Amino acid sequence: MKIGVVTFPGSLDDTDAQRAVRLAGGEAVALWHGDHDLKGVDAVILPGGFSYGDYLRCGAIARFAPVMTEVIAAANGGMPVLGICNGFQILCESHLLPGALIRNDHRTFVCRDQELTVENTSTAWTSAFELDQQITIPLKNGEGGFVADEATLDRLEGEGNVVFRYVDVNPNGSMRDIAGITNERGNVVGLMPHPEHAVEDLCGPGTDGLGFFTSAVQSLVGQA
Amino acid sequence: MARVIVDVMPKQEILDPQGKAVHGALPRLGFEGIVDVRQGKRFELEVEAADETTLAEVHQIAETLLSNPVIEDYTVRVAE
Repeated sequence: MKIGVVTFPGSLDDTDAQRAVRLAGGEAVALWHGDHDLKGVDAVILPGGFSYGDYLRCGAIARFAPVMTEVIAAANGGMPVLGICNGFQILCESHLLPGALIRNDHRTFVCRDQELTVENTSTAWTSAFELDQQITIPLKNGEGGFVADEATLDRLEGEGNVVFRYVDVNPNGSMRDIAGITNERGNVVGLMPHPEHAVEDLCGPGTDGLGFFTSAVQSLVGQA
Repeated sequence: MARVIVDVMPKQEILDPQGKAVHGALPRLGFEGIVDVRQGKRFELEVEAADETTLAEVHQIAETLLSNPVIEDYTVRVAE
């Protein structure tokens, strides 16, 4: 199972995401922002970082990178796509997911081990979890406040497309404590916290993040 | 040559933490009378001529790249 990880200028967590894919039993394939080529991968991860220096708006310039033409077409065709942090911002800017991410309400960068509830286990990236399971993975962002209009928020909740919600602490002012969402089809998932930083006991708060990557590998095996 | 100005502002209902930070600094400078501050962006686009076709293009640029319609509004005007 080949999972591509896109590197944009300013990506930080692409190597960690590739490592997480390998630990989950998948083959990690490096993808380049400037190529019109997905190299035959079965799924794509847009990693965390500060693509294009966060100029203009987070993810706004990355959304028009050459590789994104292919990613958007593949996502619309049903390919599993996971956006982590800056990747989530890129997915929102691409209109693959609704809403937007704005500067944290408290105006400071936040870095903490964050508890989340998994509220949807039918997506390509969350099938390894139990419904309402609480997981802890690192969160680190300056612009992670999820916002959308009331109608969009109601629709996300009504259709079960809120995948993750912050527990106890809302770390960035996200509306309705939303940490991550999916599209109607369940193949595109975006979240602010970083599952790729919680895949080994040696580093990070545990291995709760591994489930994202095993979910994708398993769902792809199921299709093959 | 002409100059087209695109102003981008966060929508009224969207929290503007940067504007709040600026507003919070004003009393420290002794300015007490300012009720609120909102921070936006201004883009200056140099064009050959600010004709109808070009302005339509600028609107398209403003909507697709310069602003995010989910959180921001924009205005387009030709500089005097």
